Amino acid sequence: MEAWLNRLMMRGVFGAHPIPVLVYASGIAIACALVLFAIALPFASIVTWVERRVWARIQSRIGPNRVGPNGFLQWLADGLKHICKEDIIPAEADPRLFKLAPYLVVLAFILPWAVMPFSSSLILADLNVGILYMTAVTALTVVGVLMAGWASNNKWSLIGGVRSAAQVVSYEIPAGLSIFPVVLMTGTLSMQGITRAQGWSPDRWFLFASPFCFAAAIILFVASLAENNRTPFDLPEAESELVAGFATEYSSMRYLFFFMAEWGNMFVSAAIIVTLYLGGWRFPHVSPSPIAMNLLEFATFNIKVLIIVFVSMWIRGTLPRVRIDQMMSLCWKYFVPIAFVNLIGTAVWVAIWPAGNPFAAWSMLAVGVLLAAFFVRRVVHFARRSRMELYFHPTI
Amino acid sequence: MGAAATYFRHLREAVVSIFDGMAVSASHLIRRPYTIQYPDRMPVRVQDTLPFRYRGILDVDLEICTGCLACDRACPIDCIAIAIEKNAATREIVISQFDIDLAKCMYCGLCSEPCPTGAIHHTTEFEGADFSLESLIRRFIAEPVVAYKAKKGAEPDVAVADLLTRGMTYVDEWAQPGSDKPAAVAAAPQAAVAPVVPVPGPGK
Repeated sequence: MEAWLNRLMMRGVFGAHPIPVLVYASGIAIACALVLFAIALPFASIVTWVERRVWARIQSRIGPNRVGPNGFLQWLADGLKHICKEDIIPAEADPRLFKLAPYLVVLAFILPWAVMPFSSSLILADLNVGILYMTAVTALTVVGVLMAGWASNNKWSLIGGVRSAAQVVSYEIPAGLSIFPVVLMTGTLSMQGITRAQGWSPDRWFLFASPFCFAAAIILFVASLAENNRTPFDLPEAESELVAGFATEYSSMRYLFFFMAEWGNMFVSAAIIVTLYLGGWRFPHVSPSPIAMNLLEFATFNIKVLIIVFVSMWIRGTLPRVRIDQMMSLCWKYFVPIAFVNLIGTAVWVAIWPAGNPFAAWSMLAVGVLLAAFFVRRVVHFARRSRMELYFHPTI
Repeated sequence: MGAAATYFRHLREAVVSIFDGMAVSASHLIRRPYTIQYPDRMPVRVQDTLPFRYRGILDVDLEICTGCLACDRACPIDCIAIAIEKNAATREIVISQFDIDLAKCMYCGLCSEPCPTGAIHHTTEFEGADFSLESLIRRFIAEPVVAYKAKKGAEPDVAVADLLTRGMTYVDEWAQPGSDKPAAVAAAPQAAVAPVVPVPGPGK
């Protein structure tokens, strides 16, 4: 992007003597706005409809299907409804913090898009500490959530906010430790550097590089569910216990901001996993045109991210909410030790095979394919069994 | 069992149970939804799937009403209001009012039981929601009509033959409990609709 702006400056597009800083700043501002309005906000909105449809199908229902074709415009109706609602600030609340909290949450959702590697050229800023930046700014969510819980001056909100703080701070540790194996193998923190260290074929993804990487990827995925307050870790907004947790006192657009950030963060955390372990935007070099290649890479990246997002919806439709002590024991007694083992194991692995171990990668891939095949068999088995049960008990 | 064994057993149980749970929900994902999208997206109207004897909203076939007032007398809550006049010269009965207050009606079916021709009968229609109680009073007569009178020894009037057949089937079924079997239903031309379980359409 910088190179492109440089070329434009050389051609005199911005006048004879442009001020480079201003050109870069405005270019980046325009690009940020484009990414936000073209990808981030539509994703965060439309994914609500997708998620409701997926849950509905998991429960043998249909889901929202009245607004627009197949209910596609449901997100628009929901958004309009929220905008039209009254913005209530409780009399006992701290109005400044109360107003500030949703913006912090949305900020934590928007900032990571700066280093999102959509394709080989489509990245706003390829920071040399990209992945560190990503984990740092996504942790900002907890500040907003805790602030919302405190400022609401409501016990449910406060419990929700504190639960969220405990949860996010705890799960930052296994998530961070699951990022290190990749950093160990690539020796870089840059998102593009990590992506380029992988290949387009699954055997050269870090997911299958070693058993430790496989475990680390799973821990990273589960920890990202917890950091986004998603089921089975949605304790901060547990409806049956805490009304709506930290969002209890919020209404109108401020309420919407929390949920936009929650759904948008699904994309962000899925993008981290895809970049680190699933080969990012890598696509075979099929076309000499850079524009065509970038489009293909963009599509690859987004499809991978959407698959991960779908899996997290699917988990939300499957698993019940865990108890708070179960959540903490899962983190501290299982994930943190395993993440440390992964880190040390990967260090040893890299010391033995600095250039990777193709045999291990292929066997890991084979195991993955076998597991997938076994999973499909189980799915077919359950589908058939349910047919029999429905025949005997048509009313269930 | 040692602590380490318990630790790994927990890990294994978590992985296995989540694996199977995900398989169960995935098997639901590929199934057809069970939702029946009443009322507007049904493959068959619910009314058409109900049995012939379903006690829905009352209807009156005035063409075969004899004006005998049997239904009016049978009604336990007086929701039927009929006004008749006897013409002494022609010995005809003129019905000038036939109102049924559906807000009062309790769908007991006692009015259709004594009807000699089956003129008053329940339909399978059940969607009676309205905005006022007044509009729930069904007024079947706009102008006074002459009541039907069966001719002795002659073939029934062709104009009302179908209505009579239907009405008599309805009454006969009432008279003989258990006769509303599929065979009896099939005998009535307008009642040939067998009870069909509504099939949910593909997920839309």
